[in-house]
Amino acid sequence: MGMKAIGARVQRTEDPALLSGKGRYLDDIALPGMLHAAFLRSPLAHGVIRSIDAAPALEMPGVHAVLTAKDLPEMLRSTRLPVMGSSPQQTSVMTPYALAPEEVCYVGEPVAIVIADSRYLAEDAAALIAVDYDELPAVANCRDAVQAGAPRTHNGNSSNKATNFKAIIGDAAAAFASAPHVFRQDMWQHRGCGHSIECRGAIAEHDTLRGGLTLWTSTQIPHIAKHVLCDLLAMDSESVRVIAPDVGGGFGPKAVFYPEELVVAVVAIRLGRPVKWIEDRREHFLTAVQERDQYWDVEIAVNGEGRILGVRGSMLHDGGAYLPWEFSLPYIAAVTMPGPYLLPAYDLDVTVAYTNLPPASAIRGSGRPQAVFAMERLLDRVARELDIDRAELRRRNFVQPAQMPYPTGLTYRDGRAVVYDSGDYPTTQSMALELANYGNFAQRQAEARAQGRHIGIGIANYVEGCGVGPYEGVSIKVLDNGKINLRSGATPTGQGHKTMLAQICAETLNVEIEDVIVTLGDTNAIAMGVGTFASRIAANAGPSALGAAQTVKAKILALASRLLETPEQDLVLDKGRVEVTRGNRQGMSLGELARRAQGSPGVSLHRGDTPGLEHTSYFTPAQATWCNGTHVVEVEVDIATGGVTLLDYVVAHDCGTVINPLIVDGQIQGGVAHGIGNALLEWMAFDPNGQPLTTNFGEYLLPSSTVVPKVRIAHLETPSPVNPLGAKGAGEGGTIPAAAAIVSAIEHALVPFEARLNMAPLTPETIIKSLRQSPNYKGALRRACAE
Amino acid sequence: MTAPSTVALTVNDRAYEKPVDPRTTLADFLRQELGLTGTHVGCEHGACGACTVLLDGQSVRACLMFAVQASGHAVTTVEGLAHPDGSLSPLQAAFREHHGLQCGFCTPGMLMTLTELLRDNPTATEAEVRDTLSGNLCRCTGYAGIVAAALDVLARLAPDVKGR
Repeated sequence: MGMKAIGARVQRTEDPALLSGKGRYLDDIALPGMLHAAFLRSPLAHGVIRSIDAAPALEMPGVHAVLTAKDLPEMLRSTRLPVMGSSPQQTSVMTPYALAPEEVCYVGEPVAIVIADSRYLAEDAAALIAVDYDELPAVANCRDAVQAGAPRTHNGNSSNKATNFKAIIGDAAAAFASAPHVFRQDMWQHRGCGHSIECRGAIAEHDTLRGGLTLWTSTQIPHIAKHVLCDLLAMDSESVRVIAPDVGGGFGPKAVFYPEELVVAVVAIRLGRPVKWIEDRREHFLTAVQERDQYWDVEIAVNGEGRILGVRGSMLHDGGAYLPWEFSLPYIAAVTMPGPYLLPAYDLDVTVAYTNLPPASAIRGSGRPQAVFAMERLLDRVARELDIDRAELRRRNFVQPAQMPYPTGLTYRDGRAVVYDSGDYPTTQSMALELANYGNFAQRQAEARAQGRHIGIGIANYVEGCGVGPYEGVSIKVLDNGKINLRSGATPTGQGHKTMLAQICAETLNVEIEDVIVTLGDTNAIAMGVGTFASRIAANAGPSALGAAQTVKAKILALASRLLETPEQDLVLDKGRVEVTRGNRQGMSLGELARRAQGSPGVSLHRGDTPGLEHTSYFTPAQATWCNGTHVVEVEVDIATGGVTLLDYVVAHDCGTVINPLIVDGQIQGGVAHGIGNALLEWMAFDPNGQPLTTNFGEYLLPSSTVVPKVRIAHLETPSPVNPLGAKGAGEGGTIPAAAAIVSAIEHALVPFEARLNMAPLTPETIIKSLRQSPNYKGALRRACAE
Repeated sequence: MTAPSTVALTVNDRAYEKPVDPRTTLADFLRQELGLTGTHVGCEHGACGACTVLLDGQSVRACLMFAVQASGHAVTTVEGLAHPDGSLSPLQAAFREHHGLQCGFCTPGMLMTLTELLRDNPTATEAEVRDTLSGNLCRCTGYAGIVAAALDVLARLAPDVKGR
């Protein structure tokens, strides 16, 4: 009895509109009287503004205003934007001003805004603004930034070091002192961008009638955006509404409140007309946050069987010019290093450096891909040195299911102990190996080598702290027509949250999924919300939906019991009605019950009743929940060109309860594509002065349909005890270990050349450089070319 | 601003005649002048394919064309794909079934590119589908669902074609 929606492969309710061109993305919104904005941005990575002459721009027909920092309200001239969220050891970090008042610290930093009748005119006018800069020395690399005598990223700072902290488990010095084997390795993962296909954008409207400000913004965090606007514009929270319409992908960069969103709001208030700003792709390259540049120099101590005794070393994180999410990203990287393995001793020294590059903040995976890369590359090194199969080595080091819940000894960024709540890491890996036919790969490889083909297989495991709090909320209400309205601050950027939450609600109330009307991404829909990042929605909003629906169900049954004069145990919810299972009494529809629950004008409610059939639940997890998985990838390397072909890609994955396999599979497949970009393609180049050199999709390569194979996926479901739904997170596991697995596979393919590969992305050029160091390469190349 | 030109064209079988600044792209014209916002702008340099529309049946980048260049031609946008009663076309329905979209932003361009392929090469192989789609970037789906949707429709178009 009852419809089974949770776990069903349900087609998404979002899709029909999006497939017919009826989506409503930010740029699809046009308001009467709307004006258009363009930003004038710094052409220098570091400089001081001496003067700005905006007169020629202002004189242009169709131009309504040009604002620089000095034209902004006093609060915005003196206050930098707040940090979005912070790690346990919160300190003071540099964040940007709304518009740079004096110093510019990266190419693209907004200096002025032009408002005109069209974007075309606004861009024309921006080109007429003359800014006189004093160029200052820039630092374009975090390794340079921390050298003595390096130019300062920010004038007035005594150094480029934003912070220094340690992650420690046990006694690493003692572990290393007695270890039979120690292997040291440095590693680097390079920064890239999120590159949602929809760029950023914002529309602000100031309603002079009610004194309210509405900001539509392509964001992952509307409630946080609202808080920032209220604080910086000195408005009360009742007067500010933030709406995220359909959002064309987020991936982290849209989980930041940006200067442009604030400035557009200021201008709309100033001019009394709606103002739209739509970012173009070049601006996205210059100004949307970027991530991954981390340099790891770590060593691992193991015993003769390859069991890990300890890991220690240092990590240098490139923070870019500003740190919108403070240190959460390097912090997550540091505490993710142990992965699914027993790590008795750990000592990582982390330095975060400012550079004159675009601000660094979370992009899909958020520091975890780097940590997983470092650990998995170390394990491959151990396997090679001790001649142990890579999978077997990992098997020997797994945290075992019987050890759950397992505390690693570290503190997570939520301030709670890192405790792996559940999972079966050995089984996850063996599922992946089996699906990938790992057992007979050696034979396949030998056959390929006989044909002059270089194939290899790579393995990488990960755990991900996901589902972090503080909470997410869901409000559920039975409407007068019997349909159910569900509202949440969980703002989707393509993950199918509407369908996922509707499934939970529909199963609990036994209604059709289509009868659950879902409103997300509107701060007026629910009082509080946090936002969509860190794979946290299923594990936070999911249980909230469950809790709210269960309470509404209890209200429905209690009311129906009284009205139908029937005990609750004889009532059942079925297809939008309460039916009586015994006797011949007629049931009632949910709509009828909803109306009765609202009472009759002038008549007191039944004693003890609350009006309406609605409830809001805010689920607050006690800690993060930890999903895990294994990637196994098979590649072929063309030793003449350095080209890499992905022959097979397997993911075994445990995100706890799978609410919708269609959606979870899609998250994994898409996440892997992003990881493939990180592993092989995405290279954000800067010259030594911090000038970006890759500012279009011709220079910066995203994975395309000819690069990304279909991922073969196996699910293991160990429900999380952290929340009543048992859900963990699925949004980032496709990306996190991808570079580690792919680089492992490439190295394995190139064993005859003893290639040592410890960076990502591995471009063909890098691969060929590595091959050329091998004495075997020339002969092999000659043979390959002869064939 | 340059003096406006007049553009006369049909879009999804409906005739339009409008004055337009000659530098207006076809994408901006469709979106801003005609209100057909299904055509999306993702990169404005012809690389992402989100703005793909059909011009006299051939796929073009609406961000790389001026509206005036489309004068006298017939344009089909994503709004023209569904059946007249609003129900989804087989390709659109297959996208839904195979999870060929997540955020949906690149989807209109994907649909237009594949509409052309299905018409011109009903025996296309998976490799040909992937090759055709390589001019359309998607950051969400990893393409697998999109490819599966296209192959599903191809299989239904020509169920007797072997060796796909």
